[in-house]
Amino acid sequence: MSDTHSQSVAFVRTEDVPPAPPPANATGPVKWIKDNLFATPANSVLTVIALLVIYMVLSGTLPWVFNGIWDSPSLAVCREMLNGESGACFAVLTERWNQLLFGFKYPSDLYWRPALAFALLFVAAAPVLFFDLPRKILIFTGLYPFIAYYLIWGGSIFTPLLALAGFVAGGYVYQRFVKGSFAVGFFGAIAAAVLVWTIGGFIIPSSEITEGAMQSVQSRDLGGFMLNMMLGVTCVSLSLPIGIALALGRQSSMPIIKYICVVFIEFIRGVPLITLLFVASVMLSYFFPPEATVDLFLRVVIMITIFSAAYIAEVVRGGLAALPKGQYEAADSLGLDYTQAMRLIILPQALKISIPGIVNVSVGLFKDTTLVSVISMFDMVGMIRGPILASTEWNGVYWELFAFAALLFFIVCYGISQYSQWLERRLATDHK
Amino acid sequence: MKKSVFLGALTVAGLAAGMSAAATLDDVKARGTLNCGVTTGLVGFAAPDASGEWEGFDVGVCRAVAAAVLGDSNAVEFVPTTGKTRFTALASGEIDMLARNTTWTFSRDVDLKFEFVGVNYYDGQGFMAPKELGVSSAKDLDGATVCIQTGTTTELNLADFFRANNISYEPVPIETNAEAQQQYLAGACDVFTTDASGLAATRATFENPGDHVLLPEIVSKEPLGPLVRHGDNEWGDIVRWTLNALITAEELGVTSANIGELSAGTNNPEVNRLLGTEGELGGMLGLDAAWAKNAIMAGGNYGEIFEKNIGENTPIGLARGLNAMWTEGGLIYSPPFR
Repeated sequence: MSDTHSQSVAFVRTEDVPPAPPPANATGPVKWIKDNLFATPANSVLTVIALLVIYMVLSGTLPWVFNGIWDSPSLAVCREMLNGESGACFAVLTERWNQLLFGFKYPSDLYWRPALAFALLFVAAAPVLFFDLPRKILIFTGLYPFIAYYLIWGGSIFTPLLALAGFVAGGYVYQRFVKGSFAVGFFGAIAAAVLVWTIGGFIIPSSEITEGAMQSVQSRDLGGFMLNMMLGVTCVSLSLPIGIALALGRQSSMPIIKYICVVFIEFIRGVPLITLLFVASVMLSYFFPPEATVDLFLRVVIMITIFSAAYIAEVVRGGLAALPKGQYEAADSLGLDYTQAMRLIILPQALKISIPGIVNVSVGLFKDTTLVSVISMFDMVGMIRGPILASTEWNGVYWELFAFAALLFFIVCYGISQYSQWLERRLATDHK
Repeated sequence: MKKSVFLGALTVAGLAAGMSAAATLDDVKARGTLNCGVTTGLVGFAAPDASGEWEGFDVGVCRAVAAAVLGDSNAVEFVPTTGKTRFTALASGEIDMLARNTTWTFSRDVDLKFEFVGVNYYDGQGFMAPKELGVSSAKDLDGATVCIQTGTTTELNLADFFRANNISYEPVPIETNAEAQQQYLAGACDVFTTDASGLAATRATFENPGDHVLLPEIVSKEPLGPLVRHGDNEWGDIVRWTLNALITAEELGVTSANIGELSAGTNNPEVNRLLGTEGELGGMLGLDAAWAKNAIMAGGNYGEIFEKNIGENTPIGLARGLNAMWTEGGLIYSPPFR
């Protein structure tokens, strides 16, 4: 039987047929291209046009970039080396990178100081930006402004120490008395800080202040991208709390506070930033004696801060207005006072709504710091437009320099925007 | 509360500013550095080099004054100013003198209350146009777009010139010289106008300088020179005679190379008076006897500063022209040292 069986059936399949690959035009990149790029005739036309545009842009720029010259003492030599071919002259970056980053007057043997301050900035900012990190790092964040000041400006160590002591004394008085009355705590803190600064000013020998251990650097010697970073970081971190306070003040039921905030916000928003900068640099020096001017950097920081604070105030007000009235009533019905209600219920929700707006203002503010070049401060753009383009070697180099500036600004702004998107996802509590 | 403190500070500061208006020389000596206003960057006239050292033709004047007053040509704090901020910087006392290719005009001297102490460069406004535009005279420029730096005399001269010739133009305002070059090369304007020295310097940096022509018309007088505030004549004298010392040095053949030899004493009494080996000229200014010697040693005499920064052997390649010594047919002339 077995014989017949084996002969009667010519072939018995003992295993599954292996799955055949799908037809070539229904899988892989071919399918993807068909679905996404050539789905309809109109799509195909658009794809071809887009490819043409991309080709034209790249065929213009890529040879220019890859043909670039990185080592040459001047533009004229660069052009000689290129011999009529298209090519960038990146040598200006290799020769003047230090001026682009630090300005032309910062002593070159001290570059490690701002670089270290920049590195520490990440440590200091980390616990504020990422709240999963251990809270103890916040102590370093609190110390960071004083460390950074000492590193960048140098001079006597007593200056930042004294400033720190004033803040510590103020904070202590505030902690001590705020339980009784907010006003006593607040004004007591200010009084304590001023007291410490005044007494300290008498105790510390003035020779120490002027000379000091670390070589001191004048504010007007700061420049380059460092100046943009310093202005950006300082002004964003100062304008955020001021902006929130202004937004709350504008909603206050106390008329004087309310109208001060309204007038402030409307006035600042109605004036262009460049006008404020001109006031800071030019007009204020009429009022101060020549020898006792307020530091230009400080004047500019104040002006940019109040400018962006007004904008942030409006963004936060939008967040506050978006909250349903029930949230305020819920806070009241729990018996929370104003501070508690704001801190625990209203602001966490309102600020979450405001994140995109706040980030928008911050990115804009960071880019606006380049406006200081019009009041002859040498930030990155000021360095390019002034000294570098006016040097006999590099007069006439534009694309390379501005592309480098654009690259640095893009990195920072894109980083801020990515962080804000992460933050929004992290804080998303609604179930979509 | 903050506001009242601020206003109070302003009042006090205003009073103090009123009192410290005079005696710039004492301020400079006490400070140990000269605050000299320069441009934020103009090829050949003032720009920091790769190591951050300022150099240029205007910078040379600053260094000479610092050397004359303080004996150290490096004791200068260069304060960069733009066309718009330069006069307020000087008027407010932020700088002691301004050496920023600034044109000496009636209203700046009289109305703005400044004191032009001399002329270190005689310039005039010219036009540059691409060759392919096919114009041979500025009078052919009817309807042209013109790149023009704002806040300068060139802006006003341009308007005057076109009005006088009854032709129309469209200004393209720009902020800095570097921006103007870029706009001009990118074709944003048909014509670029600024001081002829600037045009020559700019054209020298082009990839193909031959494609651009300088039109023959010089439409204005632009005597450029250093200036100080009204009201402190002693200080004005120092800056004026430092400039004159540089000019006289060239006239008398005193250079940075032979000054050591000549200051030992010569047969020429004017050289001796200039270099302080005879007479009391330094004392009259309130400076020491070697003031002019120091000034000349800082960067050489007028001609040396010119040749080193903007002369024919530099990329800028300006001929002396009007700025030759009066003995050689130019306008550079100094009153005698006597």
